[in-house]
Amino acid sequence: MPQFSLSTDSWDLHRRAERDRQRHNEKVKEVIKKNLGDIISQQDIITADQGKIIKIPVRGLELPRIRFDDEERERVGQGTGGTKPGDVLGRIPKQGQGTGKEAGHEAGVDFYEAELTLEELTELVFEDLHLPNLEDRGVKQILSEHAEFNSISKRGISSNLDRKRTLLEAYKRNARAGKPGWDIRNEDRRYKTWEIVTEPQRNAVIFAMRDVSGSMGEFEAYICRSFYFWMLRFLRRKYASAEIVFITCHTEAKEVDEHAFFGLGDSGGTKMSEAYKLAMQIIDKRYNPREWNIYPFLFSDGYNWGDAECVELVRKMVEICNLVGYGEIANDIWSQSPHFAPLGQAYQEAFANDRRVCLVKINSKEDVWPALKKFFSKHPELQEVD
Amino acid sequence: MNLSEREELEKWIDIIMEKAAECGLDCYPTHFEVVPDHVIYELGSYSLPARFSHWTFGRDYHRQKTMYEYGMAKIYEIVFNTDPCQAFLLDSNSMLAHKFVIAHVLGHNDFFKNNIYFDHTDRNMIEQVRLHSNRIRKYEEEYGPLVVEEFLDAVLSIEEHFDLGATTTFRRKSAEEYEAERRNPQKPVTEFDDLWNLMEDNRGPETPKPRKFPPEPEKDVLCFLRDYAPELEKWQRDILNMIREEMIYFIPQMRTKIMNEGWASFWHERILTELPLTPEEHLEFRRMHSAVLSPGSRMSINPYYVGYNIFRDIERRWNGEEDKDYPEVDWRGEKLDRPQGEGMKKIFEVRRDESDVSFLRKYLTEGLVKKLDMYTYRLEEVNGERVWVVQETDWRRVRDTLLDSMTNFGIPVIYVEDADYNRHGELLLTHAYDGKQLDLDYTARTLKNLFKLWKRPVHIATVVDDTKTLLTFDGEEFTQSAL
Repeated sequence: MPQFSLSTDSWDLHRRAERDRQRHNEKVKEVIKKNLGDIISQQDIITADQGKIIKIPVRGLELPRIRFDDEERERVGQGTGGTKPGDVLGRIPKQGQGTGKEAGHEAGVDFYEAELTLEELTELVFEDLHLPNLEDRGVKQILSEHAEFNSISKRGISSNLDRKRTLLEAYKRNARAGKPGWDIRNEDRRYKTWEIVTEPQRNAVIFAMRDVSGSMGEFEAYICRSFYFWMLRFLRRKYASAEIVFITCHTEAKEVDEHAFFGLGDSGGTKMSEAYKLAMQIIDKRYNPREWNIYPFLFSDGYNWGDAECVELVRKMVEICNLVGYGEIANDIWSQSPHFAPLGQAYQEAFANDRRVCLVKINSKEDVWPALKKFFSKHPELQEVD
Repeated sequence: MNLSEREELEKWIDIIMEKAAECGLDCYPTHFEVVPDHVIYELGSYSLPARFSHWTFGRDYHRQKTMYEYGMAKIYEIVFNTDPCQAFLLDSNSMLAHKFVIAHVLGHNDFFKNNIYFDHTDRNMIEQVRLHSNRIRKYEEEYGPLVVEEFLDAVLSIEEHFDLGATTTFRRKSAEEYEAERRNPQKPVTEFDDLWNLMEDNRGPETPKPRKFPPEPEKDVLCFLRDYAPELEKWQRDILNMIREEMIYFIPQMRTKIMNEGWASFWHERILTELPLTPEEHLEFRRMHSAVLSPGSRMSINPYYVGYNIFRDIERRWNGEEDKDYPEVDWRGEKLDRPQGEGMKKIFEVRRDESDVSFLRKYLTEGLVKKLDMYTYRLEEVNGERVWVVQETDWRRVRDTLLDSMTNFGIPVIYVEDADYNRHGELLLTHAYDGKQLDLDYTARTLKNLFKLWKRPVHIATVVDDTKTLLTFDGEEFTQSAL
C-alpha cells in the first residue's frame, strides 16, 4: 500500500530567506555607492519621473567561477520548428553605445540589475553628504505631515507583521484557554502601523542661473541639468517645499520656465551681473530671507564682461543666502587647465576664505559627482542648525 | 486550506499514489507539505530546507519571487531526494494543479529511489545540512559574520571542483606506492602497469623522478585545500568539507537533470490521462502540460521537453511502432527489427541505468533532433556586428556538441598540479584544455578568491588563443604570461 502524510500547517511566520535577501540588498547598495559617479549623470535618470523604477546594472556581485568563454564556443539551442543554418538568434550591441545598459544581452557578462526608485537612489546619493549651512528659517511658514511607525493594529499587510507581539498574543490567549503553547491563530496577529505626525517645516529656494551666450551648447545644458536635478532633489528631502527659479542670462537676464532654461544658447554677449541683479529683485519680492533658505547657483563658461561687478553682487548675496555657488563649465583651453577662466579667477581671489561661496569646475560628465560632493560637503565654520 | 479541501487533497493523493504503483513506479513514502509561495521560492533558492545562510541564496530568492510576482515564472512544487521523500506544494495551486504536481512528484520520487547514480546519496541530507548550518552559524558568532561570509564567498566560487569519482567507488594509490614509483620509474608496481605506456621506450636511464606534491594531478581541489592549504584554521577546513559534502549530494541531480524531468513529465501525463477528470479539468491539465513542455529560450534547450520526448520515443521504438519519416536501419541500411510491446520494460531499464550523457548519446535520434528543432549556434561577426548565428542542424553534430557541453557538467576540468610551485609553496592548477577556452575575466576573479584560501600566489595553466598560458594572481596583481 502506498504511504504518505500530508501537512497543511501555517507557514506564514516563516521568513528564513529574508536575512539573506537583505544582505544581498546591502551588497547591491555598496556597489552602487561605489559607482555613483557614473550613475548619477545618466540621461535616463535625470529625466525620470517621480516614483519611477530605475534599473542599474550591478557588476561583480556574482560569485566568480572558472568557466568557459561563451563567445568562443559552439552551443546547442532549440527553436519552435524550421530553424536553418544562418538564422540569427540575437545580437550583441556595439561597445560604447548607450550607457552600458544593454550589457544584459551580452553573453558571458553576468550582472545583477538592481531596481531602485528615484527616492532610494537619492537616499544613497546623499547618505554621506551633509547639508550646507542649514539654518532654521521659516519655522512659522508651513506645517508638514509625515507618517511614523509608532502604533500596533490587528489588521495590516503581512510585511508589517510584528512577529514578537503576535507570538506574545498567541501565548497569552493559549494560556487563558488553559493550554499553554504556541498555536497561532489569525486573531493573534499584530501589525505595526503608523500615525500622521505634524511638524514645522523649512523652505528653500534655488536660483538656477545660466549663461546662455553663444558659447554655451548642448553639453553645457546637459551638465546644468544634471546638477540642478540633484540639487533640487536634495533640497526637497530636507525642506517641506523647495522651489526653483530659473534665470537665463546673456547681456540681459530673464526669468524663464524649465523648458526654456535648458534650451540652447542664443546671442553673443555675456554680462552675468544682470542675472544676480534679477535674482536679488525676485528675493526682495517673493522670498523673504528670514523665511526662506536661499541657494543661488550660476553656471557659466567664465567669459564675462564686468567681473568686478559680479564679485560685488556676490558679496551682497552671501549676506542673505545660505550658500552661493558658481559652476564653471570649461570649454576649449580651460578644460585642459587646472585653473578657472577669468570670472572664476575673480571669485577665487575675492572669496578665498569665505566658505559660503562654493566654486566648482566641470570638464566632463564625470565631474558632476565631485562637484555635487563639494557643494554639499560640510561647512564646519558655519553654524549648523538641525 | 480548509478541512474539506484538505480531505479532497488527501483523497487524490491516495488515488494517484495507487495509480502510480499500478504503473510500476516504485516510490519512497512521501511527505506532502502545502506551503505559501515565499516558502516555495525559499526552498528553490537554497536547494534544501535549513541550508546555511548566504547572500547568493537571498539573491536567488529575490529573483525567483519577483519573477513570480510579475507572473513571469511559477514553481508549482519542490521535491527533495530523501527517505521519506519530501514534497512541497504551492498553496495557491488549483485542485487540478495539485493532481498534476503530485503525479509529477511521484515520477521524481521513483527516479531518486531507482536511478543508479543516486545509489550512494545520503537520504538524510536535510538533517545533515541542518547540522552544517548550525555549525556555520556558530562560526559566525565566534569569528564574525563578515569573516565567515568572505571565506564562504571564496569556497563557493570553487565548489564545483571536487572529484566526481569520489561519488562512486574509487581507490587512490598509497604513499608507499607513489614513493616506489618515483624512485624506480621503470619497475612496474603492479603487473598491468606496462599497459599505460605501450608506445614509449621503457628502457630509459634508471634515475628517480623528482619528488613532487601532489604525486599525481589531483582533481579534488576542495579536498586538497581542506587537507593541505597551509594556513587555514580548523573551522575553515570544516567549512570546505561541509560544502564538498553538500556538492556530492547535489551531483546526481546535476548529472540526470534531463532524464529526471523527462521521466516525471512522462508520468504526470500518463497518470493524469487515466484519472477521471471533468472536461474543464482536462483542458487545464493540457494547458499546464504544454506550458511545461515547450521549447525554452532559443539559446538553450528545455530539459523537460527534451527528456520527455526521448522517453516517449524509446517507448514507441521498443513497442515496435515505426516512424515513417525516420525508419530505423542497421549499419547495412537494412530495416531494423524491433521487439514488440517491450516499450514499458525498456524505459524502466533506461531510468535505472543511464545518466544524461549516456541517455542522449544512445537515444537522441535524427528524428528527435528534427522534431525538437535542435541546432548548434555560435557568435559571429557580420558587418561589424556581433550576432548569434545558427551553425548546423545535422543531428550528429547537434548531439555531439550537446554532449561536449555537458562533459564534466559543463565545467572546465581543473587539477591541482603542484603545491610547491617555484619551490616557494605556490599553488599551480592545470586546466585540462579540450579546445574550449576559459573566460579570462572570470578566471582572474576566481584566482583572487583562491588566493584567499591558499594565501600564497596561485597560478592556472591553460591555453589562450592556441598558446600555452599561465595565469597568475600574486596577491596584488593578475598577470598572464606565455608558458
